[in-house]
Amino acid sequence: MNVFVLLKMVPDTVEDLEIGADGKSLDAETLRYRTSDPDEHAVEQAILLKERHGGTVTVAALGSPEVEDALFLALAKGADRAVKIQWEAPSGGSRGAAQAFAAYLRKAAPSLPADSLVLVRSQAFDDLDGEIGPLLAESLGMPYLGVVTGVLPEGGQVRVVREFSGGLRGEFRVSMPAVLGIQSADKPPRYVPFAKVKAVQKSAAIAVEECAATHPDAGLVVSALRKPEATGRAQLFEGAPEEIAEQLVEVLQKNNLL
Amino acid sequence: MANPVLVLGEHLRGVLSDITGELLAAGRRLADSCGAPLHAVLLGKDAAALAPGMKLADQVWVAEQAEFDMAAPQVVAAALQALIEQTQASLTLIGGTNVSMGVGTIVSARTGLPFVNFCRSLAFEGGLIKVTSQLFGGKILADVMLADGRGVLSLSPGAFPAGAPPNRPAPALERVRLPVASTPVSFERFIEPDCGDVDITKQSTLVAVGRGIQSQDNLELAEQLAAALGGAVCASRPVIDQGWLPLSRQVGKSGMTVRPRLYLALGISGAPEHWEGMQGSQCIVAVNTDPRAPVFDGAHYGAVADAVELLPLLTEKVKSRRS
Repeated sequence: MNVFVLLKMVPDTVEDLEIGADGKSLDAETLRYRTSDPDEHAVEQAILLKERHGGTVTVAALGSPEVEDALFLALAKGADRAVKIQWEAPSGGSRGAAQAFAAYLRKAAPSLPADSLVLVRSQAFDDLDGEIGPLLAESLGMPYLGVVTGVLPEGGQVRVVREFSGGLRGEFRVSMPAVLGIQSADKPPRYVPFAKVKAVQKSAAIAVEECAATHPDAGLVVSALRKPEATGRAQLFEGAPEEIAEQLVEVLQKNNLL
Repeated sequence: MANPVLVLGEHLRGVLSDITGELLAAGRRLADSCGAPLHAVLLGKDAAALAPGMKLADQVWVAEQAEFDMAAPQVVAAALQALIEQTQASLTLIGGTNVSMGVGTIVSARTGLPFVNFCRSLAFEGGLIKVTSQLFGGKILADVMLADGRGVLSLSPGAFPAGAPPNRPAPALERVRLPVASTPVSFERFIEPDCGDVDITKQSTLVAVGRGIQSQDNLELAEQLAAALGGAVCASRPVIDQGWLPLSRQVGKSGMTVRPRLYLALGISGAPEHWEGMQGSQCIVAVNTDPRAPVFDGAHYGAVADAVELLPLLTEKVKSRRS
């Protein structure tokens, strides 16, 4: 199989997100980026497919300061090729990302082999103007299915498990080549020792491709970003852990919840 | 009269989804404020039977075509696109659910209409549509303007309360045949939820753990507190995805919706996907090391603390008070 995984880093929300001087975007100076959870799972699903069914895995990521760490990690996990995509997209939105990915795929594999899969995140918290997967599939004229939690190749097709709600899932058949939006891999993402990542950093190289987004404007105008005002904020208990525990248990008892 | 507002009615296995009522409630308010009719569409072989549940609409389009049952998002999008063109709908409202995910994005890509995800409020102000979306796990709100009042919106579940069924006459029902796009995606079968050893939807007390539990070994601490309280342990997505607890214990968008008397959210940030599944809990107590975690905005009680450190203390104190 020929699997492409396309990554778009997201702001790390462990850090406090600051709004920029224009009031309409995040302050780029203070942002730190990380791989989104579904992107981590997309990499894992690709490596699992390679281990079980053979083939090659190419991981390509849109450029951001921390992206090389993510790419070396993917190589250490078993990816065959890592590519950093230099892109220009003023808004940084999903539409621009999908266009840059489409441009990269057209360059890297002008005619995708029939056993190709393109894995992207199903949805991430920065997808204001749409999910990347369906945008990319539309641009490439390929079928798409999202919220995927399992992929099993079978002939020229894949059996795909997708989630609905309440634990209900559905199984679909999808002809390849196809774009799949990964929610989670069918096994948890693997741990790679730091020493192995270090070794890969010395021995492997990351290719660089220039791929511009053609029309990244989604036709929507962000007039302001703001932090949510606390409404109905919790009554917070303070003190040493022992004191906090005492107050919490006290309030549970008062509310007849013990 | 202004162009209609159109709602994509969502249903699964012959039942209207909760989000459909929420979309209709949001659509009704918006349509009334801009003097537009509210249309809705139902796709699928037995869709007409669901139309009486859509009383808030002025008109329900029904495409009783079996090809739309469990159809891929590109197929649903093609049908919706045709109806948007036929009705000249200004705004199209779609559920921000797993079932409908992708449809709005595809309609937007094909029609050129702007798409706005994660919508939590809608308003018609001075001839413009103003939408507020929740981004970055609930940490930032984005105000978005649709300059010409046209667009496709994905509404977050739980953001637009459906309210009681209205005392209105049944809407006009219009049968329609919509184009069926060919796609190499076919539905094979449902995989039923595995209820596992514990049905968390039936528990009156839930001890919920998130990323802040740090390791699988620490789950034992949560189990001990749940045992002391007479409840069960459940979790947010990151814990389930690590394989630390089975899918049957997941609360949120893809998992279970729970409404216990007490929901203890330990090391859970309160991202919208999780909040969706537990917001109906009677009493929510949150413990998180991040004072800005969105979970504190909706919880009743809370503490900025390390859940792992707090858990044994809570267990000990609960035990001594209950004995």
